[in-house]
Amino acid sequence: MIRVENLTKYYGETVGVRDLNFQVETGEVLGFLGPNGAGKTTTMKMLTCYLPPSAGTAKVSGFDIIEQSMEVRKRIGYLPERNPLYTEMSVRAYLGFVARVKGIRPPAQRGQIDGVIERCGLETVHRRTIEKLSKGYQQRVGIAQAILGDPEILILDEPTLGLDPKQIIEIRQLIRNLGGEKTVVLSSHILPEVSQVCNRVIIINHGELIAVDTPDNLRSRLAKAAILRLAFRDEGDAAARASRILESIKGVLIVRQEPGGDNARIFTVECAPDRDIREEIARALVGERIPLLELYREELSLEDIFLQLVTEEVS
Amino acid sequence: MRKLSAVYRKELEHYFQSISAYVMISLFLALAGYFFYSIFRYYNYLSFQAGREPSLADNLNLIEGVMRPLMSNVSVVLLFAIPMLTMRLLAEEKRQGTFELLLTYPISDFEAVMGKYLAALSVFAVMLGGTLMYPAMLAIFSDPETGPMVTSYIGLFLMGASFVAMGIFFSSITSSQIVAGAATFAVALFFLIIGWAAPFAGPTLSKVIAQFSILEHFDSFSKGIVNLPDVTYYVFITAFFIFMTLRSLESSHWRT
Ligand SMILES: Nc1ncnc2c1ncn2[C@@H]1O[C@H](COP(=O)(O)OP(=O)(O)O)[C@@H](O)[C@H]1O
Ligand SMILES: [Mg+2]
Repeated sequence: MIRVENLTKYYGETVGVRDLNFQVETGEVLGFLGPNGAGKTTTMKMLTCYLPPSAGTAKVSGFDIIEQSMEVRKRIGYLPERNPLYTEMSVRAYLGFVARVKGIRPPAQRGQIDGVIERCGLETVHRRTIEKLSKGYQQRVGIAQAILGDPEILILDEPTLGLDPKQIIEIRQLIRNLGGEKTVVLSSHILPEVSQVCNRVIIINHGELIAVDTPDNLRSRLAKAAILRLAFRDEGDAAARASRILESIKGVLIVRQEPGGDNARIFTVECAPDRDIREEIARALVGERIPLLELYREELSLEDIFLQLVTEEVS
Repeated sequence: MRKLSAVYRKELEHYFQSISAYVMISLFLALAGYFFYSIFRYYNYLSFQAGREPSLADNLNLIEGVMRPLMSNVSVVLLFAIPMLTMRLLAEEKRQGTFELLLTYPISDFEAVMGKYLAALSVFAVMLGGTLMYPAMLAIFSDPETGPMVTSYIGLFLMGASFVAMGIFFSSITSSQIVAGAATFAVALFFLIIGWAAPFAGPTLSKVIAQFSILEHFDSFSKGIVNLPDVTYYVFITAFFIFMTLRSLESSHWRT
């Protein structure tokens, strides 16, 4: 659906993005992840035919963003980063304007506008002036103008930026609902957002692509070490014995211990990621009559992966 | 065409939904009215004098005595009014980021710019149309020639059209309304007064300067003559600045 080929953008000397290559399949929700200044907005501005690439190109539904921009623009709905709207207009008048500019035939306009108003939950505010609406509702108006005209592809640049937590949840839900029928590219610098909403993630930093994968795969691929947490009752020499047993097990790399509450002792065990040794550990400890209370594997969050990725790039 | 008219309609609604258009039109008409009143009084005074001294009456008629001075005063008022009308057009959209979104819709730069240009031109036409009440008053009390009156209005309209084109151009190169307005004013003023330099330049240069002067080209209109070169001049200035506007929009350099 979208095919990005060696896409590069320089702002004078500054690198916007460099040599990006990736694809977006029909119907998928792709997360575009990276810290501020990574080049997310730059990429989206090129895909929406607003900025010319310095080199490379992209094809949207087979149309080239440079050579056939009109065809590309017919197929894309775009929500820019700061959600710019004509705030002095009413929601309905604004959507009417967008419908005409997008070239929706007059007889179909009214129905389509009513459709997106319902879709985006704007029924109660559609006659109000946009500047009088809350940020959350303004964001819905931004999404409404993007989906008006039923484009195949939606490009949403940080759609939850600056919203309060309740609004964020609502907007994410709205995007997830759209995901079923449209190809969506969504940028964010917030990891949980991307892992909640997207099928696949692209991570970029300093204008370069670092990784492309599903949130799950990224998690396992990048898990350098699996981390296990154990807790047992701190009685007698249990701690010393447990420590000895753990260190003797193959695959255990580092053992740390600290006192926990309720007369418990907590062990953090880092082990090699290639083999699951939870069962082995449990059997050994119980066999030695260590009063085991808990044993679980800590999931590496995308947040950790992201930090790793980014710090790795820098160093 | 439908997209152009969508932009046109939105801009026009913006002008007439905010009070600014009404304030500007009223101010413009009030100023023009003031000039009309004072010029007419002066004309009356001259007529009164001529009653006692018939030799003064030779050059005295409504066109020369009232309409021509009025037209040149109106053109100065336009110098202030039009930048106020045009400065918002693109600069504000650039500042707010809405222009970026507009250019990602399937609309050509030409349609977007022309929609805006024609909206500002329409408001200007309403302003100019309003001043028709002054010649109408003259016609009630007297019998001025209609020919020079009509051509004067054609000339003023063409002059205004070229000012509006300058205005949209300067609005396209900045995201500050003030800068856009000031630059439009400065350049329009330059075109208006450059003719003053002609008498001091050499014979060839003065002809060139006269070619550029907006007033020089207005002269024949106010005498009741529509010259093709004069019309061409205004149309050229207008087309030139609209072309420059399209060039200045980043996108028109590259996308098709
Ligand atoms: N208009 C511009 N002029 C100059 N540099 C820019 C411009 N826009 C973005 N940049 C630079 O390009 C890089 C990528 O920016 P951007 O695409 O906005 O990142 P993101 O959206 O991921 O935060 C940054 O270093 C930024 O400073
Ligand atoms: Mg950004």
